[in-house]
Amino acid sequence: MTTATIPATAVDPFSPEVLADPLPFQAWLRDAGPVVHLKRHDVHAFARYEQVHAALVDWQGLQSAAGVGLSNFRFEKPWRPPSLLLEADPPRHDAPRRVLSGILGPRALRRLRERWFADAERLVDELLDGPDEFDAVPALAEAFPLRVFPDAVGLGPDGRENLLPYGNHLFNAFGPPNALVEAGNGRAAELGAWVGAQCARDALSGDGFGAAIWAASDRGEITPEQAPMIVRSLLSAGVDTTVHGIAAVLHAFATHPEQWRRLRERPDLARVAFDEAVRWQSPVQTFFRTATRDVEIGGIVIPDGSKILMFLGAANRDPRRWAEPDAFDLARDPSGHVGFGMGLHQCVGQHVARLEAEALVTALAARVSSIEQVGDGERHLNNTLRAWASLPLRVHRA
Amino acid sequence: MERALELRVIEKTAASEGVVTLTLARPDGGRLPDWAPGAHVDLILPNGDTRQYSLCGDRWDAHTYRVGVLREPAGRGGSAYVHDALQPGDLVGVGGPRNNFPLVPGERYLFVAGGIGITPLLPMIRQADLLGADWTLVYGGRTRASMAFLAELEAYGERVHVVPQDEFGLIDLPRWLAEPDPVTKVYCCGPGPLLDAVEKACSGWPEHALRTERFVAPEQGAPARSAPFDVELARTGTTVTVTPDVSVLEAVGRAGVEVLSSCRQGTCGTCETDVLDGVPDHRDSILDDAERAAGDCMFVCVSRSLGDRLVLDL
Repeated sequence: MTTATIPATAVDPFSPEVLADPLPFQAWLRDAGPVVHLKRHDVHAFARYEQVHAALVDWQGLQSAAGVGLSNFRFEKPWRPPSLLLEADPPRHDAPRRVLSGILGPRALRRLRERWFADAERLVDELLDGPDEFDAVPALAEAFPLRVFPDAVGLGPDGRENLLPYGNHLFNAFGPPNALVEAGNGRAAELGAWVGAQCARDALSGDGFGAAIWAASDRGEITPEQAPMIVRSLLSAGVDTTVHGIAAVLHAFATHPEQWRRLRERPDLARVAFDEAVRWQSPVQTFFRTATRDVEIGGIVIPDGSKILMFLGAANRDPRRWAEPDAFDLARDPSGHVGFGMGLHQCVGQHVARLEAEALVTALAARVSSIEQVGDGERHLNNTLRAWASLPLRVHRA
Repeated sequence: MERALELRVIEKTAASEGVVTLTLARPDGGRLPDWAPGAHVDLILPNGDTRQYSLCGDRWDAHTYRVGVLREPAGRGGSAYVHDALQPGDLVGVGGPRNNFPLVPGERYLFVAGGIGITPLLPMIRQADLLGADWTLVYGGRTRASMAFLAELEAYGERVHVVPQDEFGLIDLPRWLAEPDPVTKVYCCGPGPLLDAVEKACSGWPEHALRTERFVAPEQGAPARSAPFDVELARTGTTVTVTPDVSVLEAVGRAGVEVLSSCRQGTCGTCETDVLDGVPDHRDSILDDAERAAGDCMFVCVSRSLGDRLVLDL
C-alpha cells in the first residue's frame, strides 16, 4: 500500500483551535481510517483503540528511545538528557522500571493511605470553611497533589512552585516547536537546573520515594548515575498529570450530578470514578513512537525510523471499543482504557495518582451533597495534556 | 479469557542428552506477556503437575517463549512427562512470568552456570553482550554431550569457558573468584553444591556483588486446581462460584462487584485485592516469593485459589 491511499489531513493537532477542543478532530481521525497521515508533521497517526493499543504494547517494533515526542532523537539532539524510563527501551529500561515499580507499587503505597486520606479531609474542611464558589484548579486539583506528593518524594520546602511550570514545559516539548514551546523556552534551563538539584541524595529526605531510589542504587539494582535521573522522572511526570486528572474528575462530577449522587451512595466507586474520568478526559492526550523496522499496523507499513502519533484520548472514546463513549458513567467498567498508556511503559505512577484522587474524591463525597460548574471554565492549552486553567465550581455542604 | 495463559507447544527439540527445549505460543498467535532475563514461568502440564522453568528465548520475539527442561531421574513426574509424553500441538497452562533474578546494570559480569542452570543466564548473556558489557561465562556440566546450548554459545568465542567435568573436573572457582572486583557482578545458577561453593568463594566480595537463583520445588506440590472454588465477598455478603473457565475478576464482576483492572495479565497491579481467608494460587508477576507466601493479597485478574474457598475484602 502506498501513502497515496492512506487518508490524510493538513490539520495540525497541536494548533490552538484543536487543543482547545480536540474531540471533533479526533472523531474525524477515527472515522477516516485506522491510520491517517498528518501532512503538517509528516507522521502517521492512530486514533482507534485497536491500533493505539497495538502500538502501545509493541515495544519491539515501535520504540521510545528515539523520543516519545515529535522530535526524533536519531537525528535531533534532545532538549534535555533523555528519561531513563519514558525515553528508553529494553534492556536499558529494565532496571530503572523495575526499581520504580516497586517503590510506587500498590503494596508500597499502603503506608501512605491513611495519611493521604487525612490530608485530603483537612484540605476539604479548610476549603469548605470559605465561600461556596471557588476555582477548583488552584483550590483542589493543584493544592492536593502539591500538598502530598513532594513530601512523599522527600523534597525540601523551597521552590516547589517550580514543579508545575517544569512539567508543563516538558509536556509541551513533546509536540512541535510551536508558540507553546517558545513560551516555555525562556525558563526551561532555570527550571531544569532546579529540578536537577532536587534529585541529589542530600537534597532529599531520608524516608521518601527519592531516598528509596538512592537506596536501590546502594544495592546495585541501579547505578548511582541512574538514581538522580529516576528521581527526575518522578518530578517530571508525577505532578502535572495528577493535577489534570483530578481536575478531570471534578469537572466530570460537576457536569454529571446524577453520577455524584451515585458516588455518594457508593463511596467505594471513587477509584472507578477516577479511572472513568481519566478515560473520558484523557489528561495525557498523545504520545509518539518511532518504528525500529518496517512495521505493519492497520494494514499500513510504517517505515523504519519514522514517527507515529498515538491519540490516547481518541482511543478512549472510540465507539468501536466503548458503548456510549462520550458519557461519564460510574456504571461502566473503564478497565483497559489507555489513559495511563499500556504495556511496558504504562504509567509507573498510576497507583500514586489513583490514591491521591481516591483520597480527595472520598473526602469531598462525605462533605458535599452537590457540585456544579459555574460557567464553562477555561482550558489550559498544552501540546500533550488536556487541562484546565480555571474550573469554577459551586458546592453545597452535606 | 483472562486467566492463566493456555499455550501450545509448537516445537520440541533435543538440546543435549537429557535436555529438551519447548517453544510455546498462543493458539491465536497473539503477543505473550513481556519478560526480562532471569524471569521464569509456571508450566501447568496436562498431567496436573506444575513446574517452574526459566525463559531462555528471545524477548524481541513477542510471540514465543522458550524453556529448557532437564530430565530429572530423581525428580517428580513433571520433567519425565515433558520428555516422554508432551508433544508438539499439546496445550499447557502457563503462569507468570515472574522475575526473582533480574539482571542489574554492570560494567562487567561473571556468569557461572551449572548444567541446566544455563537457562536463565542465556538471555542475560545476550543482553550483556548487546549493552557492550565486559562479560565471561563459565559453564560446567557432567559431560560435553549433556550440556545444552553449546552451539548457540559458540558464537561468543573466547568469552565462554566450557568445563565438562569428565574432561576438566569441577569449575576452578578460585581461578575466577579469588580476587574481589568492585565492578563485577557475579550471576550463578545451577545445582545446590555449586551455589554453595560460589557463595563461599564470594564471601570477600562487596555486598550485592553476587546474585543467585536456586531452582526450588514450589512449596505447594498440589497442582493448580481444575475444580471450581467459592469466593466469599466479605463486604458484599455474597458468595460466588469460580469455574475453571472464568477468572475471579470475571466471576465477581458477574455478581455485580466491579474490581478495577487494567492489564488483565497480572503485571500492572491495578486489581490488587485483600485476601481475608483461604490460600491464593498466585499467578501474577508482581509479588515476590515472600509476598506470595504471606497470602494476604492477590491479583484477581489471573490468580486463583488453592483450596475450596477464598474470602476477599470486596
